Amino acid sequence: MSKQIIVPFGPQHPVLPEPIHLDLVLEDERVIEAIPSIGYVHRGLEKLVEKRDYKDYVFISERICGICSFIHGSTYCQAVEQVMNIDIPRRAEFLRAIWSEYSRMHSHLLWLGCFADSMGYENLFMNCWKVREKILDVMERTTGGRIIQGVNRVGGVSRDISREELARMGTELHGLQTDFAELTRIFDEDLTVQTRTKGVGMLPKDMAWELGAVGPVIRGSGHSVDARSTGYGAYDELDFKPVVRNEGDCHARCMVRTGELFTSIDLIENAIDRIPEGDISVPVKGNPAGEYYARTEQPRGEVIHYVKANGKKNLMRHRVRTPTLANVPPLVHMLAGCELADVPVIVLTIDPCIGCMER
Amino acid sequence: MKQPEQTIEAISVEKLIPRVHAFHDDGYRLVQISSAQEGDAFEITYSFDKDLTLTHLRIIATPEKPIPSISRIYLASFVYENEIADLFGIPFTGIAIDYKGTFIRTSVPHPFGTPQITVVKKKPEAHHE
Repeated sequence: MSKQIIVPFGPQHPVLPEPIHLDLVLEDERVIEAIPSIGYVHRGLEKLVEKRDYKDYVFISERICGICSFIHGSTYCQAVEQVMNIDIPRRAEFLRAIWSEYSRMHSHLLWLGCFADSMGYENLFMNCWKVREKILDVMERTTGGRIIQGVNRVGGVSRDISREELARMGTELHGLQTDFAELTRIFDEDLTVQTRTKGVGMLPKDMAWELGAVGPVIRGSGHSVDARSTGYGAYDELDFKPVVRNEGDCHARCMVRTGELFTSIDLIENAIDRIPEGDISVPVKGNPAGEYYARTEQPRGEVIHYVKANGKKNLMRHRVRTPTLANVPPLVHMLAGCELADVPVIVLTIDPCIGCMER
Repeated sequence: MKQPEQTIEAISVEKLIPRVHAFHDDGYRLVQISSAQEGDAFEITYSFDKDLTLTHLRIIATPEKPIPSISRIYLASFVYENEIADLFGIPFTGIAIDYKGTFIRTSVPHPFGTPQITVVKKKPEAHHE
């Protein structure tokens, strides 16, 4: 048996946009075990809920993540609305779904770029981020914010989208479809991508379930698990079908994300066609009392926002189970037995968002 | 659209392992474990998913009495148990991968479990004529 050595991976590493530390136990070039540790960007945001008005806290919940911020805000609102028994206007639910899907597209494109970068494929990285700019432009035009939108409110949303703007968004989606098709072709067929991702970082179907994987990680291993299937918000009307691949390797997880770009386009088109006229928010009076676990689907997977309140303006507890935390046990499993050179690619396939994970 | 109502089944610590075993055998996925302060004690809630429905189990814990880890049944629980141990100071026995307080690096131990921050309200300034 070769001598075992421990190589630290992170917290600062060229492929990691955010800090996570992995102790990699190696025998020669093979990883025997990966031991993660976190805490470099723990901000105690959940604790802050005890000091802030529950309505103001929407803006803090959006800042849990700098990528999937919109869905954090809407899920927090959904949890509070459920506790307070508030029925928000249907138009607000459609608007939340539209912005959620734009948010998903921009997150997936960001990830696809980072993934290409992890393989040293710089041109592909720049192409993905060039397309992402078009999504961010729409977000800025419709909400005023490119990354942090700030339009979620307990009781609905604060901004509407005009009929003309919805028509313009619909037209622009056709152009995005062409861009996505070209990116998908490269990720699916390019020899460099195939060599680095096929058969690498295997997560068998039974292990994905056993280890509590979520999002594209579990869907890349053959499970049709997607919180949008529960029909929360407007999703019960949008003809949603999850993208599932069965191979369980890095390539499958990548192709789930490229497939979801097209799903998001379909969902936005359906939402634009079916969005009803009407109010975008209802007045909210009083304070919440009770508890609820709200569940939605972020770009990285299922997110849980738990709120507990006792009738005062400050909540007693806000707990967020982010998809990255749920995908740490599958990551540890995928890394055991892989080559050292494959570690960056495998780590990126869970789309780690450490700011999210540590809150 | 209103979301489905959720029920939380309160059980004793002694019944935790048999109940979690039953969920595992029925094919449930472990979704999360969360903790919230309730008076001097803490509520630990285990959430499971099957057929898009969430089911919750809840036990009451205190920092003085360790609770059994479920990581021998659901290995994925080790992240949640380490997180609760680090943030709330609630001890777990038999965690499959036990970081012994080093999973989440915080500047003060158990920041969510014990009062660490005292908010001092600023006194109103005296009016000057």
